[in-house]
Amino acid sequence: MKATPDTLTVSVWRGAESGGSFESFEVPNFESQTILDIVAWIQQNSDPTLTYRYACRVGMCGSCAMMVNGVPRWTCRTHVQKVVQDNRVEIAPLRNLPVIKDLATDMDPFFDKWIAAEGLHHPTKSRHDPIEQINPESAARVEAASGIECINCSVCYAACDTVANNPDYLGPAALQRAWTVYNDSKDAGRQQVLDAVSGVGGCHNCHSQGSCAVHCPNDLNPMKAIAGLKRATATSFFRKGSRT
Amino acid sequence: MIRPHRTHTLWFAYILHRLSGLSLALFLPAHFYIMSLALTQPERLDGFLKWTDLMIVKVAEYGLVFLLAVHIFGGLRLMALEWLPWSNGQKTLAAAAVGGAFLISTMFFMRAI
Repeated sequence: MKATPDTLTVSVWRGAESGGSFESFEVPNFESQTILDIVAWIQQNSDPTLTYRYACRVGMCGSCAMMVNGVPRWTCRTHVQKVVQDNRVEIAPLRNLPVIKDLATDMDPFFDKWIAAEGLHHPTKSRHDPIEQINPESAARVEAASGIECINCSVCYAACDTVANNPDYLGPAALQRAWTVYNDSKDAGRQQVLDAVSGVGGCHNCHSQGSCAVHCPNDLNPMKAIAGLKRATATSFFRKGSRT
Repeated sequence: MIRPHRTHTLWFAYILHRLSGLSLALFLPAHFYIMSLALTQPERLDGFLKWTDLMIVKVAEYGLVFLLAVHIFGGLRLMALEWLPWSNGQKTLAAAAVGGAFLISTMFFMRAI
């Protein structure tokens, strides 16, 4: 059996949006540690100026996603042993987002696109109305339920080549949110959603490469949601055409 | 460059569809030009058609038929993905598109040699 080395060589990207480079650190090779653990170890023991973002450490908040050996991952639930190559790990800030400093990216463009895609609730009732009963087995609810576990980590956004090549593209997470809202029977903004996602940066830009679904840490399928939006927008377009 | 985040089946299906489409777009003008010789200069067309007896041209045609078939099958998969109810077997369908294209182009090649 091959002996486990005592240390890992970890390349960490240092810098800001204007530029930067990888810096190498030697980190203890503890058993069962995560990528977030080794980033925290570097910050606590080697270089306190290292900047990164995390909150819950248990895969719920979506704060700690980074590029690990070129692949976007949630670092708090990525075991080092799963991704280490030749005792080396490369950690960089998420792709497709501006870098604030080191491993912390500016998530504003990501969340702005959620709003641009109308991925927000459009109420049908006020607090004075009785609560509407929803059949959890209805087709629309099943479709909506499949997307609500999104933790906004931006892994899909970083994995998407269409986002990389088209800054206007809303991206997989925002479009999946729009599809979830569209299928929510408590939402009054179905046409608003379709109008928002059928524009210049909308769902029809998607090339169905599927990197969003492959890398989503929660096993969601934004490509399926985007295909649903493509069908819904096309159906809406032809229905409008038949009325004029 | 195939970066680590791209090393999965559907990304390879995407790039194969894109490259086969570009290759066919480059080939088709030459194809139509040579076909037009049947009307304008039939003797030159006969000269071109003699090239198809060469083994290297047969192999090139094999590649061309594969590109055409894989682009058709891949395109059908994408149209089904966008217009029909969702199917979870996208990786299987992409693999089947390549397999079907390989089968058809190999049959074409076997008949040619």
